[in-house]
Amino acid sequence: MALIDLANPTRFLAFAERALPWLAGAAAAAFAAGLYLAWFVAPDDYQQGATVKIMFVHVPAAWLGMAAWALMSLAALGTLVWRHPLADVAARSAAPIGAAFTFLCLVTGALWGRPMWGAYWVWDARLTSMLVLFLMYLGLLALWRAVEDPARAGRLVAVLTLVGAINLPIIKFSVDWWNTLHQPASVFRLGGPTIDPSLLWPLMVMALAFTLLFAVVQLAAMRNEILRRRVRALRIMQAQAAQRA
Amino acid sequence: MTMALGPHAGFILAAYAVAALVVAGLLVWIVADHRLQRRLLAELEAQGVRRRSATREERPA
Repeated sequence: MALIDLANPTRFLAFAERALPWLAGAAAAAFAAGLYLAWFVAPDDYQQGATVKIMFVHVPAAWLGMAAWALMSLAALGTLVWRHPLADVAARSAAPIGAAFTFLCLVTGALWGRPMWGAYWVWDARLTSMLVLFLMYLGLLALWRAVEDPARAGRLVAVLTLVGAINLPIIKFSVDWWNTLHQPASVFRLGGPTIDPSLLWPLMVMALAFTLLFAVVQLAAMRNEILRRRVRALRIMQAQAAQRA
Repeated sequence: MTMALGPHAGFILAAYAVAALVVAGLLVWIVADHRLQRRLLAELEAQGVRRRSATREERPA
């Protein structure tokens, strides 16, 4: 099956039904390996002690909170340029998942910050830009609910998503552009990671596990969104038939 | 083998508990939503409302 064939909703549903069990199995296996490495193999950090274990959920949650918005931005182009309904379905499905991961990033960050910095929250550039991302997710979800016609809501949301994408480089480079309490980039940086491999490998496996989980939830949510739109279309047909009778 | 969580055990356990809740919430949401949409579709089809493309899909070649 060519990738373009998946742009047909019926074919996409068939693909999702086949792919979901395999992806879910891979996610479960990756979580089992990642949690074992994080809890039983990774050493304590020489400065942060055992609180470094929070990194194994905090960092993947932050990456996926941003990745979901990046995915929505690509989907927004699909909605605005090609007006493809599946692009809007992808964006609509990714928004609550991205919001959930951003929320997880903020809460685990606060729980890590209190013992390390002495505060759950500071109005630091990285933390604030991440909070802005979470609020933008909530804004998009509210907009989708406020506009009744899904196609019109999709176009409005697509424009706002592309405008909001400016926040992604701000989040990424906030630790370089401003003097912040948050540590600078230590994995994706020029010159390679600064984290010791004994902590980096468990982090990478946990990131893989969270990414597979994201793929599972995204595929399943897209399948649900296609079904929701079919229900809406059938209800409209039913109402039109009743009006004609 | 590292299992001693030290003086900040409560923060570490709370972070993993929140992560578990968020993941469980996402999974419950997609399963419940899927069941709801399938049920609504089945109810509409039982009332004789069918998509035109669905009718074509079922027509013998």
